Amino acid sequence: METFILIGITGIGLGALYFLIASGLSLIYGLMGVLNFAHGSFLTVGAFVGFWVASKMGFETSMPEFILAMLVGGLAAGLFALLIEQLLITRLYDRHIDQALVTVGVSLVVGAVLGGWFGNDLRMFPAPLWFLSAIDIGGAKIPADRVVYIATAVLLLVGNWALLKFTRIGLIIRAGVENRNMVNALGINVRRAFSTVFFLGGFAAGVGGVLVSVYSNGVSPLIAATYLIYGFIVVVIGGMGSVPGSFLAAMMIGVIRQFANYYATGLGDFVVVILLAVVLLIRPQGLLGKVRS
Amino acid sequence: MNALSVSDLHVKINESHILHGVTFDVPAHKVTALLGRNGVGKSTTLKGILGLYPGTGSVQLNGREIIGVPTYKIVQSGIAYVPEDREIFSSLSVRENLTLASRSKDNGAAFATIFELFPELDTRATQIAGSLSGGQQQMVAIARALLNKNEVLLIDEPTKGLAPKLVTEVASALSKVANETTMLLVEQNLALVKRIAHHVVVMDQGRVVFQGGPENLNDPAWVHQMLGVSGGHK
Repeated sequence: METFILIGITGIGLGALYFLIASGLSLIYGLMGVLNFAHGSFLTVGAFVGFWVASKMGFETSMPEFILAMLVGGLAAGLFALLIEQLLITRLYDRHIDQALVTVGVSLVVGAVLGGWFGNDLRMFPAPLWFLSAIDIGGAKIPADRVVYIATAVLLLVGNWALLKFTRIGLIIRAGVENRNMVNALGINVRRAFSTVFFLGGFAAGVGGVLVSVYSNGVSPLIAATYLIYGFIVVVIGGMGSVPGSFLAAMMIGVIRQFANYYATGLGDFVVVILLAVVLLIRPQGLLGKVRS
Repeated sequence: MNALSVSDLHVKINESHILHGVTFDVPAHKVTALLGRNGVGKSTTLKGILGLYPGTGSVQLNGREIIGVPTYKIVQSGIAYVPEDREIFSSLSVRENLTLASRSKDNGAAFATIFELFPELDTRATQIAGSLSGGQQQMVAIARALLNKNEVLLIDEPTKGLAPKLVTEVASALSKVANETTMLLVEQNLALVKRIAHHVVVMDQGRVVFQGGPENLNDPAWVHQMLGVSGGHK
């Protein structure tokens, strides 16, 4: 039973990391139709800026210092995302192939610049010592960092829900995901909503980048690639444009992958791809996605 | 005095040339009906005026050129639009649909007027718009356009697909609105057009082929020739 709980909660922790990447990807695609391959570079920028802030504190950080590093990393990634949107994406709306090429280019450039500057080896992230302790849940010893991942993802989900539900920009984003031309036809400059979504997506990815660096035992320009692929899988399974769908899919994938890796060693990725194929066959719009006209 | 003047409007969608120099005027404080067979470019004309389809030529709103201006700015300058397929936001509630459309924070009076015109929307304010009937969705679409002070209303086939009882209800609402605003109305229901239109524009194959008063709508031969329907009713 302890093993079951341990695998389940570590799976949810992994799912939380996937969600941090996928929430922004989902909203950006849902609202703007932009397939953003540069999203991994937002994660990398957040991870490196967070690492830089945390390094200033010493070899280990206290919890408030770590949270500060995470927020600064998220903010830097959000601003970087906004810059990419303003400089490149605004010129390429509705040009999907060009968007894919440009965003792939951005991710390659960011990876190469950071790799050239810092090298591709993992650099130990100065995380709080508390992360190495274990929390007893139902007899299972759960690594403490998993709790931080889950709490961060839940906070982001709640924040996202509150923004979308209770603010005017949230209303515009929800309407824009459904029909952005009609939002324009109501006299609303939907491009402002695009910028907000890019910033928020970048922020979540940046926060995710810091946590992924802790989970992966260090920061490197190479860590984003795997998580970006999982981010896309989460978005497709959850439904394009649906943040709750991304949350549900991320948790499912994290848990299923952990169980598969434990009970059928090394088959975690395979099982996730099978799940993706099944969802695409049975419900192509994703678990909580809407059929687009 | 014309509220809207369309001159030599051309619209191409991909490689298809849809509008071939459309020219007509919409007199201020009158209802202008834009008529024609299916597929002649009536809806495209409304979208071209609004900038939803990029066009060339001239569209003037009270003498100000609006061709090439972004859609949201055109709408802000005083043109409201009710699209052919309603295009309400189905995942939002009725109130959220209306709140989104309202450009003023002090909109209590506007909401009261809308709920007076469509009392059903008041009782269904928290209902998800996608679960409304076709007629109720049409009321939301029209209400969205009436929430702000507009100079011109562009309304595209508001009675399309509605049950006869709802057609009467929508027609009654449009009649009330028609007294207070300038309206460019695309409509296949000639009975409604005869009831509220002051000016008629007929299109064929992407061009305007007639502009004038609505009297001709009482002449079955003219109606048959121009609109391809018989008897002056459709």
